[in-house]
Amino acid sequence: MTAFAFAAISAVLIISALCVVVTENLVRAVYWLALALLATAVLYAMLDAGFLAGVQVLTYVGGVVTLMIFGVMVTRRHDGGAIPSPGASQFRAALVAVGAFAAMASAIISSDLDTLAVRSTHVSIQALARSLVDDYLLAFEAASVLLLAAIVGAVVLARRNDAVASRLAHGPGALPAGVRLLGQGFEEPLAAKSPVPTAQVGEGHS
Amino acid sequence: MTLTHALLLASAMFCIGLYGMLSRKQAIATLLSLELMANSANIVFVAFGYFRGSPGQPLVLFSLAITVAEVAVGLALIMLLARRHGDTDIDLAQETKE
Repeated sequence: MTAFAFAAISAVLIISALCVVVTENLVRAVYWLALALLATAVLYAMLDAGFLAGVQVLTYVGGVVTLMIFGVMVTRRHDGGAIPSPGASQFRAALVAVGAFAAMASAIISSDLDTLAVRSTHVSIQALARSLVDDYLLAFEAASVLLLAAIVGAVVLARRNDAVASRLAHGPGALPAGVRLLGQGFEEPLAAKSPVPTAQVGEGHS
Repeated sequence: MTLTHALLLASAMFCIGLYGMLSRKQAIATLLSLELMANSANIVFVAFGYFRGSPGQPLVLFSLAITVAEVAVGLALIMLLARRHGDTDIDLAQETKE
């Protein structure tokens, strides 16, 4: 029964992963990725990692796939999202991928992984939580700093540079001093586009 | 289901992601392939944790956090690319080369 379930999940995983890299439509590729990630969650549940299965569904299928859909819809124009990919590059990529798989598969099969003593231990959620704040405390804190840095970095990268400057042009009094200082670098390139000349901004707030 | 089967499945998934990474020209499509590859690494962690009792599950939790951060920054970069060039073709990002 377990063998059959594993075979079925493997088939779903491989087929959906293939569809992710082959589908021409980007939105459909994201949905195939969602299916692959769901199948991975089922695999986690089969491997006695129920908590990870839940986390996988929450963060990947709930968060990452939603982000990806937004990314596709924000960046693509209205041409349906078809992806042209040249044939030569596809052939070379397939060659590299098949070669890498052959190397890995031969290494895995030739090693005697299954003949060694199998020691299956159940990891409870309590033990997992305790190990996070006990054994891996430093990594846990570093991950929180990493997430904060990623949030700030994503906001800085995706922000329109003229957002602060246009607010400066329309209502300088509404902004605190620090933000006005931040926006000063953007006044020059904006001056051509802005309906309000930047000279008036300086007069208005002084 | 043995450890060998799980590892073969994960390596197949990794190589599919590798193929997508190399063949796609679209920045978001390469990000999707990257997700596949990261996911296959997580499968290996969980499989070793299940069959060998190595501490795989905490590592997968950290890996998830790192992947989410990577997706956020990657999508911000792709949005920047789309705003600058009007398209997300990965060959357009050559400012440092020129």
